[in-house]
Amino acid sequence: MLTSFGIINYLSAQSGPWWRVFYDFTSLTKNIDAGLHNAMSPFWTTVTEMVIVGILFLLFYAVIGLFLVYAERKVCAFIQNRLGPNRLGPFGIFQTVADLIKLLFKELIPIKNADHFLFNLAPYIVIIVNFMVLAAIPYALGLHAVDLNIGIFYVIAVSSMSVIGVLLAGWSSNSKYSLLGAMRSGAQIVSYELSVGLALATVVILAGSMQLSVIVEGQRTGWFIFKGHIPAVIAFVIYIIAGTAETNRGPFDLAEAESELTAGYHTEYSGIKFAFFYLAEFINMFIVASIAATIFLGGWMPLHFGADNGFNRIMDFIPPVIWFFAKTFFLIWVIMLFKWTFPRLRIDQLLTLEWKYLLPINIVNLLIMAFIVLMGWHF
Amino acid sequence: MNNQWLVLFFLVGALFVGLVLILANLIAPRSFNPQKFEPYECGIPTQGVTWLQFNVGYYMFAILFLVFDVETVLVFPWAVVMKEVGMVAFIEILIFFFILGLGLLYAWKKHALIWE
Repeated sequence: MLTSFGIINYLSAQSGPWWRVFYDFTSLTKNIDAGLHNAMSPFWTTVTEMVIVGILFLLFYAVIGLFLVYAERKVCAFIQNRLGPNRLGPFGIFQTVADLIKLLFKELIPIKNADHFLFNLAPYIVIIVNFMVLAAIPYALGLHAVDLNIGIFYVIAVSSMSVIGVLLAGWSSNSKYSLLGAMRSGAQIVSYELSVGLALATVVILAGSMQLSVIVEGQRTGWFIFKGHIPAVIAFVIYIIAGTAETNRGPFDLAEAESELTAGYHTEYSGIKFAFFYLAEFINMFIVASIAATIFLGGWMPLHFGADNGFNRIMDFIPPVIWFFAKTFFLIWVIMLFKWTFPRLRIDQLLTLEWKYLLPINIVNLLIMAFIVLMGWHF
Repeated sequence: MNNQWLVLFFLVGALFVGLVLILANLIAPRSFNPQKFEPYECGIPTQGVTWLQFNVGYYMFAILFLVFDVETVLVFPWAVVMKEVGMVAFIEILIFFFILGLGLLYAWKKHALIWE
């Protein structure tokens, strides 16, 4: 009975060493699926798979969230020439876990005269949106929960839903700081949504598909940032700027300008509800970085130049999953550096940057890219 | 996996928040104090109502956003078929962006893009 579970079958039937599985997860997942089908009826197979995938994503979410909070504090400390958290565990890696446990034990304060239904609904929306976007991202060859044929479009559409959670949180908590923070945040996310969409559309022209797996596969002969010449680089830069703005981070954190608005839209949230917003913000950063890595830097595709040569084969030795997370965390690191390098923008500067610079540049850039693809000048 | 699996991720998110909130409600302490449930405002009791009308100043940008976001929806299908359709698609999008650009220029000249 137990041996019919795919993983054992798979590992024993494998000709190469066990770590070959890190290069291609397709056969592993297929084997698990087949093994479960052998062991039980189709209905229970689906239920078991759902439970497995759900638990895996929950763990992934928690680990990434906690790690990013830790990384943020370490990067901040590094820039400010401090040590950062260093007491709990080696290099203080358990600090955020301890913080989370502390937040769990904090009282959840119901605010007087707040709209309690919406107040409690807001964290749900923010977190659910996060999970639904994470489902569509290809993590490695065969590690792709839902491969939609409108992948990028779905990611843009769903991730822009999180603004509803932010607005609800700010409006319902009956605090002026929250309301102002939510309004600012809403306008900002909405404005920069355009640049994100157009920058990604630039690459969709090159890829000819919105399906994320097809886009990654299209970068087998070179990442799109190299394939698309200058327009792709410009689109990448615009995407990183707009993505930083969309996550309310870095120089664009007007929504929670602590010297003006206390904490912005989550001023009135206490304990674990505050932690949800905090976690969602960091996962949003991960999503922005991973989409940038997937669209422009090849996702899990190793660094390839040309069709098939020695360089590509050497690069293939590093497993795809490492490539994906290396690129993503590199971009996250860059976004973190922004926050600690640039001073905060004023609201008029923010809107000028979007409407008078990024948007016109983006449109012209899109047309240049279309022309390049039309003439066949890309690789 | 099928697209219906997205429902699973919706449920996972909802369950995650719900279960953690239940857990927090069980283990978190509770105390009562009339001042505690006041919304935060500099430490003194709040003055007046919160849900009042005020000039957000984003109105123009909201309208412009609506125009350009609908445009993004139209650009994506075009971007997918761009390679296959070729020259016709390129000229069409030129006309499309020309009209849009005129709109943006008009808003610019009318000082709609200035924050006040």
